[in-house]
Amino acid sequence: MDHRPQAWGRPRDDVYGPYDASYLQTSGPKTATQSPVVTGTSVIAIKFKDGVVMAADNLASYGSLARFTDVKRLRPFLSTSVVGFGGDVSDMQYLDRHLTELAIDEAYEHESSAAGTSGGAPGGQLNAANLHKYLSKLMYRRRNDFDPLWNQVLVAGFDGAGKPFLGSVDLRGTAFAAPSLASGFGAMLAQPIMRRHAATDADAAALSREQAVQIVRDCMKVLFYRDARSLDRYSLAVVTRDGVEISEDERLEQQSWAFAERVRGYGTQVV
Amino acid sequence: MTSIGTGYDLANSIFSPDGRNFQVEYAVKAVENGGTSIGIRCKDGVVLAVEKIITSKLLKPGANKRIATVDRHLGVVYSGMVPDGRHFIERARDEARAWRDTFKTPISTADLASRMGGYLQAYTLYQSVRPFGITAIIGGFDSPAELPVDGEVGSGPACGAGGKVAGKTHGGPFLYMIEPSGLYWGYYGAATGKGRQAAKAELEKLDLGGPGGPALTLEQAVKEAARIIYLSHDESKDKEFELEMTWISGPDGPTKGLHQEVPKELREEAERLAKKAMEADEEDEGKEEKMEE
Repeated sequence: MDHRPQAWGRPRDDVYGPYDASYLQTSGPKTATQSPVVTGTSVIAIKFKDGVVMAADNLASYGSLARFTDVKRLRPFLSTSVVGFGGDVSDMQYLDRHLTELAIDEAYEHESSAAGTSGGAPGGQLNAANLHKYLSKLMYRRRNDFDPLWNQVLVAGFDGAGKPFLGSVDLRGTAFAAPSLASGFGAMLAQPIMRRHAATDADAAALSREQAVQIVRDCMKVLFYRDARSLDRYSLAVVTRDGVEISEDERLEQQSWAFAERVRGYGTQVV
Repeated sequence: MTSIGTGYDLANSIFSPDGRNFQVEYAVKAVENGGTSIGIRCKDGVVLAVEKIITSKLLKPGANKRIATVDRHLGVVYSGMVPDGRHFIERARDEARAWRDTFKTPISTADLASRMGGYLQAYTLYQSVRPFGITAIIGGFDSPAELPVDGEVGSGPACGAGGKVAGKTHGGPFLYMIEPSGLYWGYYGAATGKGRQAAKAELEKLDLGGPGGPALTLEQAVKEAARIIYLSHDESKDKEFELEMTWISGPDGPTKGLHQEVPKELREEAERLAKKAMEADEEDEGKEEKMEE
């Protein structure tokens, strides 16, 4: 008998030949996301006088299948900012957990000054502009590892000066800020509409909250009409200095599909 | 001291013949020299308070906080050796984070007390370490509501995560005290440090453990906590101190289930009342002495 404990419970070498240890390797080949699997479509947002409005529908698609219809794609951060996720849902989940951890650590760092500071996040905590910069570094680093987080993310809230802030980061780490932003199909369909109302920061500063919400609602309707991976149920977030309000059960009202009859150029139609 | 230990006090992991671990008992002595800290579990939350003795006029008032947050819904205060306390907090935060990594949900007060109790107990077992020179009070409010799982994407099952019985209350305010030996119990009111005797006597007078639960409200508890810290302060030994107070309410209360510092206005009001109560006590004593004459 082989008296070495390492050999116990293993096929005997003298009977079966030496065991092929390559099956025991703990490290396989390096893997990375090649394409997103379950995805969310556009996120849109526009600044107004006292803050930012953001919206995204509640759909997660599996390819062209409308797989999950109750998905929350707008997440609050420290009750001062909102992050909206387009793209891969599992990567969104990873980022959301990461941001939760970050928010807790922030509370530890700044607890001594937690009470009574004016403007922006309490106690000098991460504001939306800081968070945008952080996410851009995180996404760029992952892209340099050739393992990107397959998302385009919008960050809404306030900057260090207490002004409304809206920024975007994509899976390559490309980061920019603008008075209105849209990811995915929204960049083609909703962005021009929002630009009509807020081409510059000065225009955005003239918008009221009601106007901004109405613009976003109109854009969501256009997106539902024309984007085949969208849904008529959506979430709407409003960030102001008083905090974050997210309503996750919005519905598109007063749809009119009359225009559909005039659409030409696909299917079995002959023009 | 050495004559008491008679050679059995030189290291952990050695019992004396009558079954005592002297190193742990000496650690308790270190706690007894620290500024008083107390915790009160009341109807709708928990209040933590500490008597922070001012060791130098060169220290900035209000800086160097002694009560720390763990996760978001837990607070820890301790008496004894401050660096040991800092390490305790660091470990508690690591435990809370590890819990979230595994279960995707915040750690309950009882579970954190259990983990930290186990950690402190390990420091009574080995030659190479000494026990913690602190007694820590952990206060927390476990959410009574069904919480979403961390990173939850959809709305989850309509019946919730499970484990909750209909008609039964879940969660609520909790208070635990952990001693250097690793021993921990849940308390209605807890006190440790220099002034613990006086503080405990006062805590026992409060309505904290009635059959229908504690009657004391959070705001009353804040005022009582301030009064007890002022009362247990020994002016003959330490001249000045600073009062540091934090509180945790339920999701409907003033802190929305988070561990936060008591707002400045409320703390100052509580301190004013505490000082007034002290003066009233002194006058009463003066009168009694006159009557005896």
